[in-house]
Amino acid sequence: MNLLASQALTWPVIIPLAAAALCALAWHRPAIQRGISLLALALMLAASILLLVQVEQNGTQMIAFGGWPVPFGIVFVADRLGAAMALITAILAFSIIVFGFADIRRRQEHAGFHPLYLGMIAAVAGAFLTGDVFNLYVWFEIMLITAMGLLAIDRTRAQLDGTIKYAVLNLLGTLLFLLAVGILYGATGTLNMADLGLVLADAEPSAALGLVAALFLVAFGIKAGYFPLFFWLPASYHTASIVVSAIFAGLITKVGVYASFRVFTLLFSVEDGGVREVVAVMAAGTMLFGVFGAAVQWDIRRILSFHIVSQIGYMMLGLALATPAAMAGAVFYIVHHIIVKANLFLAAGAIYRASGTYDLRRAGGLMASHPLLALLFAVPALSLAGIPPLSGFWAKFMVIDAAFAAEAHWLAGIGLVVGLLTVFSMSKIWVEAFWKAPPVQRKKPRRVPVLMLLPMAGLGLLTLVIGFSPEPFVVYAEAAAAALLDPSSYIDAVLGTALSPESGDAS
Amino acid sequence: MTLIFAAGIAAIMGCGIYMLLSRHTMRILLGVMLMSAGVNLVIFLAGRIGPNPPPLIETGAYTLVADAANPLPQALVLTAIVIGFSLVAFAAALALQTFRTSGTLDQRDLGSAEALGSPYDKEAGK
Repeated sequence: MNLLASQALTWPVIIPLAAAALCALAWHRPAIQRGISLLALALMLAASILLLVQVEQNGTQMIAFGGWPVPFGIVFVADRLGAAMALITAILAFSIIVFGFADIRRRQEHAGFHPLYLGMIAAVAGAFLTGDVFNLYVWFEIMLITAMGLLAIDRTRAQLDGTIKYAVLNLLGTLLFLLAVGILYGATGTLNMADLGLVLADAEPSAALGLVAALFLVAFGIKAGYFPLFFWLPASYHTASIVVSAIFAGLITKVGVYASFRVFTLLFSVEDGGVREVVAVMAAGTMLFGVFGAAVQWDIRRILSFHIVSQIGYMMLGLALATPAAMAGAVFYIVHHIIVKANLFLAAGAIYRASGTYDLRRAGGLMASHPLLALLFAVPALSLAGIPPLSGFWAKFMVIDAAFAAEAHWLAGIGLVVGLLTVFSMSKIWVEAFWKAPPVQRKKPRRVPVLMLLPMAGLGLLTLVIGFSPEPFVVYAEAAAAALLDPSSYIDAVLGTALSPESGDAS
Repeated sequence: MTLIFAAGIAAIMGCGIYMLLSRHTMRILLGVMLMSAGVNLVIFLAGRIGPNPPPLIETGAYTLVADAANPLPQALVLTAIVIGFSLVAFAAALALQTFRTSGTLDQRDLGSAEALGSPYDKEAGK
C-alpha cells in the first residue's frame, strides 16, 4: 500500500506501458490482448484517481528518477492540471477501448492494435506528467510513432496517404521542438522545467530565447493544430478507423495545447515580446478557419476533424489573454472538449454502423430507426455547440466572458460567431443523418451493438454532470489556472525552497 | 569555431528544407533526415564544443576533471539519433507500402485521403 501510494505519480505511465509490452508478447492471441487492455486501462483509471486525490490533499507531487538530485535527473511532476489531464486520459482510454470491443476488427488486432494503443496512452500520460523538456520530446516521439502505426493500421490507400501527410508534418514539428530544446539548453544549461522557470525568470531577453519561444509555439502549434499549421489534421484524421480517430481527437491535439500552456506560463510569459498578439491572431484564425472548413464538408469525420481545429482556438484564446479567469476557462474547455469530441467520433462510428456510410448525403432516417442513438448523439453535439446547460456552454461562457472582461472584444466576438457556425454544422449532421428521410429504405434497421452505446452513454453522462453541476469543476479549473499563472508553487514543489538557482548551471 | 559550425549547420538545414519542399515522398524523407542531422548538431554545439578532455572519470576519482567536455548533450544527441532513426525507418516503410498500393510516390497523385467524402465530388462518397 505504501509503495502504491508513494509511486502514484508513475502508475498512470507504467501500467499502460507494461500492458503494451505484455500485449506485444501475446501477439497472436487477440483474446488475451483484449483482456490485458481492459484490465490495464481500468487499473490506470484507478491509479489516476489516486493521483488526483493525492494532489488535491498534499499539493503538487514530484518524483525524481534514478536517485539523481533534482535539476539533473528526469522528474515527473503532477500539479492540478497534470493530474486532471492524466485522469481524463484514463477515462477516455477506458471508454474507447470498451467501444473498440465492438468495433475493432480481427485484422486490426493482428496488426498490433492493442500494443500500439496502450503505448500511445502511456506516452500521452507521460507527456502530461513529465517535468523535463527533453523527456517531453521523448514522449512526443513515442506518441508520434504509435499514432502513425494506428493511423495506417488497415493499410488502405487513403490511410497510407493520410499517414504520410501526418508523418511528415509531425516529424517536422518534433524536429523544431528538438531544435528549441537544443538552443534552450545552450542558452540556459538546464532542461528541468522548474529550473528553467527559475533561470528564465531572471534571464535577459535575447535573440536565442526569442527564437526558442517562437520554435516552441510552432512545434506545439503543429501538434495541436493551431491556425496556419493545422492542414495535416483534417487531411489524415478522417482516414483512420473510428476508434483511432476518437482517441486522436480527444487526446493527441490536447497534448500540444497542454505543452504550450506549460511552456508559455512556466518558461516564457505571453506578456512579453509580442507573444500575446501572435497567439491572439492564431487563436482567432484557428477558431474561424476550422469552422469554415467544417461548413463545406459532407463526411461526418471530416466535419468533426475541422471542428477539433476550431475548438482548439477557444483554448488558445484563454492562453492569449492569460488572465486567471481566461486560463480557468481554457482548462475547463480542455477537459470538456476531450470528453465531448471523443464522444462525437464514437457517435460517428455508431452512425456508420447504423446507416452504413459516413457520407451525410447517403445517410438518413436514424431518428425513426435508432432513437437512442439520436439521444446519445444529441448530448455531445449540443454540448459542442454550446447550448446551455451542457458543459460546452459553461466552457464557452467562461472563455468569452473572460475575453470581454479583458477588453478583447474582437476575440470574444469571433468566439461568439464561431459558436453560431458550430451550431450550424452540428445541425447539418443532425438534419442529414437523423431527420432526413433515408435515401434507401431498409426492411430491418441495422442494430448498433450495446458495447458501442455504453461508452457513449457514459461519456454523455459525464458531459451532463459537468453541465448541471459545473461548480466543483470550475473551482478546480480556477485553482489549476491560478497555479499555472503563478509558477512559483510549481518551482517550489520541484526544486524545494532551499535550492539556489546556481545549482542548475550545468554547462 | 562556433561560427564555422553554425554555418555548416545552416547549410545542412537549408538543404533539408529544400528537399522537404519537393513533391516526391522519398525526397521529402531525405529532407527530414538532413534536418534531423542538423538539429542533432545544434544540440551538440549547445554543449560548447572545444578542445576538451573526454568526459571520463579517472580511476579513484569521483568527479570529472576540470573543463572536461559536457556529457549531457552527447547523451541527448544519442537519444535523438536513436529516435530519429526509428521514425525514419518507419516512414521509409510507409513510403514503400504506399508505393506498392498506389504505384506512385508523387504527392500530386496521392489524393486518396482528400477524395474520401470530398464536398466537390458530385457523386456522394467516393
